[in-house]
Amino acid sequence: MDKIWLVIQREYLSRVKKKSFLLATLLTPLIFPAIMAIFVWIAVEEKENQSLRIIEVVDENKLFFMESSQQYAFSFSDSSPEEAKLLVQNGDRYGFLYIPKIDLKNPQGITFYGEENPSMSLVSYLESSLKKKIEDQRLYDSGIDPQILSDIRTSVDLKSITLNQKGEEKVSDATVNYAIGFLAGILIYMFIFIYGNQIMQGVIEEKSSRIVEILVSSLKPFQLMMGKIVGIAGVGLTQLLIWIILIGTLTTVVTGILGLQMPQEQAMELAQADMIQTDNSEFAEILQVIAGIDFISIISSFIFYFLGGYLLYGALFAGIGSAVDAPSDAQQFMLPVTVPLIVAYMGLFVFVLQDPNSTTSFWLSIIPLTSPIAMMGRVSYGVPFWELGLSMLFLILGFLATTWLAGKIYRIGILMHGTKPSYKTLWKWIKSSN
Amino acid sequence: MLETRNLNKTYGLNRALTDINLKVPKGVIFGLLGPNGAGKSTLIRIINQIIDADSGEVLVDGQPLAPKHISLIGYLPEERGLYKKMKVWDQMLYFARLKGLSQQEAKKRIHNWLAKMEMSTWKDKKIEDLSKGMAQKVQFISTIIHNPPLLILDEPFSGFDPVNAEIIKDQILELRNQGTTVILSTHRMESVELLCDQVAMINRSHKILDGTIKEVKNSYRPEVFRISIDQPTLPIPTEWAVQTDGESVHFTLPLSGKTPNELLIELMNYGQVSNFQEVIPSMEEIFIHQVKSTQNG
Repeated sequence: MDKIWLVIQREYLSRVKKKSFLLATLLTPLIFPAIMAIFVWIAVEEKENQSLRIIEVVDENKLFFMESSQQYAFSFSDSSPEEAKLLVQNGDRYGFLYIPKIDLKNPQGITFYGEENPSMSLVSYLESSLKKKIEDQRLYDSGIDPQILSDIRTSVDLKSITLNQKGEEKVSDATVNYAIGFLAGILIYMFIFIYGNQIMQGVIEEKSSRIVEILVSSLKPFQLMMGKIVGIAGVGLTQLLIWIILIGTLTTVVTGILGLQMPQEQAMELAQADMIQTDNSEFAEILQVIAGIDFISIISSFIFYFLGGYLLYGALFAGIGSAVDAPSDAQQFMLPVTVPLIVAYMGLFVFVLQDPNSTTSFWLSIIPLTSPIAMMGRVSYGVPFWELGLSMLFLILGFLATTWLAGKIYRIGILMHGTKPSYKTLWKWIKSSN
Repeated sequence: MLETRNLNKTYGLNRALTDINLKVPKGVIFGLLGPNGAGKSTLIRIINQIIDADSGEVLVDGQPLAPKHISLIGYLPEERGLYKKMKVWDQMLYFARLKGLSQQEAKKRIHNWLAKMEMSTWKDKKIEDLSKGMAQKVQFISTIIHNPPLLILDEPFSGFDPVNAEIIKDQILELRNQGTTVILSTHRMESVELLCDQVAMINRSHKILDGTIKEVKNSYRPEVFRISIDQPTLPIPTEWAVQTDGESVHFTLPLSGKTPNELLIELMNYGQVSNFQEVIPSMEEIFIHQVKSTQNG
């Protein structure tokens, strides 16, 4: 046990002390706020530096009216489409909206001419204005006052509450659950791949530089393998923890600073034109939903599946590393590792997040090879206790199985040089007793 | 110190070791000889508990080999291996601690060894920045840092220049004089004759001879004498293949059933015998002869 601890320490310290670790750990979290900052900055700059764009509107129906904004001004004229087009060509107008005589029941032929492609926000603004005007006009024609309709229009907002066995009520929201499942699943997926690969590289390094011969004369191959897996897990956890702290603080700081610079009105305009406005009651509801989420159980199961999934796959990565002489030879054995991971990843989006309680979702979250990713997609929606227990039990059993399997391959593989093993030889190693 | 009894090991269809019996007494340098692929490395790996024998046993001080013996053994494998990115000091500390030394004790000994080998200035260098010979020294110190009573060295001189090879040789002899038992696996015969007290030779999984250097040489004496006669008075028989060197003639003769004295008396008839010396085969000759004869047989 002492020796495993020494190996863990070495594996951990030798990686954490590296400059590349420091850089990746400190810079990666900067990327997210940096990207956010750049976007917001560009948006703000654009707003501030924009000259007013004039759009010529020729409406042969004499019906439409466009409200000018800070960015766009609409000039209505009776000029012919040809004259208006010329204005655009000469650069006197940003664009030209041509509304020919249209049938209100089936409006066709409305065209925008511009020197460049109009932005999404302009197109949707024009479309929604035209649509509203046409709808209003048709309501009048049918003898309905649009004002009445607007009064009648009711918004129904389904409040969803989960009831547990004790009768406690919790406000829930599928979007928030979705986001949590999505994030947790992707994090585990990435962690397994990145750190699994580090295990493999480490094993190959020790094997190809023959350090392993000295090491296994001092400790059991299994101790060496476990020490490496656990040590690297520590590196990953450290990195994750630093990221969470850094991303959290930086995001808060950056949004705080930029939030002050960007007037509320502009922030709203940046969002899609016909987005439903978030009012205060809805905001309060989101807070309520977040408060209703059982973070303790989500975080504890995240840590469990995070580590469980990593350990299960980590052992496989170690086994593969031990069987080959160089990373390039590892490709042929990667398939059985990557396929279940990708299945789990795809399954998370296609099945689990869409319907967390379907049969497919159930099985994906029970089978140990896919459960670390799939179960995280379900946990935030609430999973029956027995299912969670079963999944965890299977994951532990799965981890023991892959470790046993990898240990058998590792023990022989690390001392084999110059031969390219096939699946058949691996199977022989697994079967052999010593 | 170490004894193996009827060790057998096969890899698939290949026999690596067949009924190997060895006795390595305490405080000797024991040469383990044999061509490449003879089974030396397998034997060494079994003693190091890296792999298990199929049958037979290994005894250390009369007790069956067990994990507790790991700290008694220092092992320098033929293929040297160090973490390229690790510093000399950290590397030595890691290996020393894996062999069971406490942190404090390990640090003290590494410090002493680095000073002794005049390497103190390298301690913060990474292995990848060292020359091959320097790295070999680091490896050698890592092997003996825990003062193992049994030292297993697989081709210890490969990669060293003559000066450093001499330093390592002196260290090995010093350790032997302090009571360390050394198993030296090599196919460099000149180092065997210089260093080893006893040898065993393995070829094609079988032990083909063992004993002290003297015993081995005695049993492989071809019973041939090298003779020089000054100013011969009688003509020397032509079948003796004489080489003439001024006044003297030199040739070799087998005993052919006579005792050395009988041969000498006979030779004295031809003139003044200035040299009468038995031809002792070198270990290299014995090695080549033995390997060839077992291959043909």
